Amino acid sequence: MKTISEHVLDIVQNSVRAKATLIEVMVDEDKKNNLYTLSVNDNGEGMSREVLEQAVNPFFTSRTTRKVGLGLPLLKQNAETAGGSFQIQSEPGKGTQVRAVFQLEHLDRPPLGDVWDSWLLILLSNPGIRLIYRHRVGKDSFEIDSQEIREMFEGVSLQHKEVRKALVEMMKNNLVEIKASK
Amino acid sequence: MTKIKTLADLRKIRDEVQSKIRLRENSDHPEQVVQVKVGMATCGIASGAKETMKYFMDELEQQAIDAVVTQTGCMGYCYAEPTVEITLPGKEPVIFGFVDKEKAEEIIDVYIKRGELIDGVIPLTFRTIDD
Repeated sequence: MKTISEHVLDIVQNSVRAKATLIEVMVDEDKKNNLYTLSVNDNGEGMSREVLEQAVNPFFTSRTTRKVGLGLPLLKQNAETAGGSFQIQSEPGKGTQVRAVFQLEHLDRPPLGDVWDSWLLILLSNPGIRLIYRHRVGKDSFEIDSQEIREMFEGVSLQHKEVRKALVEMMKNNLVEIKASK
Repeated sequence: MTKIKTLADLRKIRDEVQSKIRLRENSDHPEQVVQVKVGMATCGIASGAKETMKYFMDELEQQAIDAVVTQTGCMGYCYAEPTVEITLPGKEPVIFGFVDKEKAEEIIDVYIKRGELIDGVIPLTFRTIDD
């Protein structure tokens, strides 16, 4: 994966398949300590200890359509290449927390990419899921919550081009405002 | 135009759109619209499925074709990603492989608009991709 946004799109699908109704994606930029953290938390069905141990094994998957599962291993690899670390916690019935830490200034840290498109695509394809995106840079932060957006657009489909454009623009403007790293 | 930054700005957009869509209120029956499902698992994303999906959304809207574009998981054809499943109203789903922007354009022009099959179809051995 070339960007953080592609990882987000990918990892969130795990949550969707785990029947999560609430998914929180967070990017935290800590310039002081040179850290860049991506977290994805969900309230899905979680994993047993045995499955959790296998989760970062590329040759393990809960799917039946193919024999490999590369989403988490690729994220782990990218984090470690960028001088960071990777953690995953999960409990059956409670949900799963994935955390990838990168070095903010590391050459191999993937750029953020068009995270607004990821957010929107996930939202449009999963109407039943509440999706929160939070981006923090030091003391400044920006949050967008699909529940708020859906309530506000009540009766108007988010599929409309004007709406999609407005949402993307809003996210872009806010990320510029808080000076999110590229 | 002022920059969109807050929920209040979005509300204005909603009101604008709301007045517009009354005019073009069209079918709410999913079986009568074209369904486009883009394979968006790790393999698809890594091959650029996000751009493909965006292209379908924008282009179908642009050409005023009634369509629902959604994502789906991996169909097991990782070698041929990005894959796209197209269901024309009243027809069996057809899966296309290696769908970049050019292929997507061809699919819209030839298959969706005229109903003629083109190269790049992945032979189906099952009826749905949901299981």
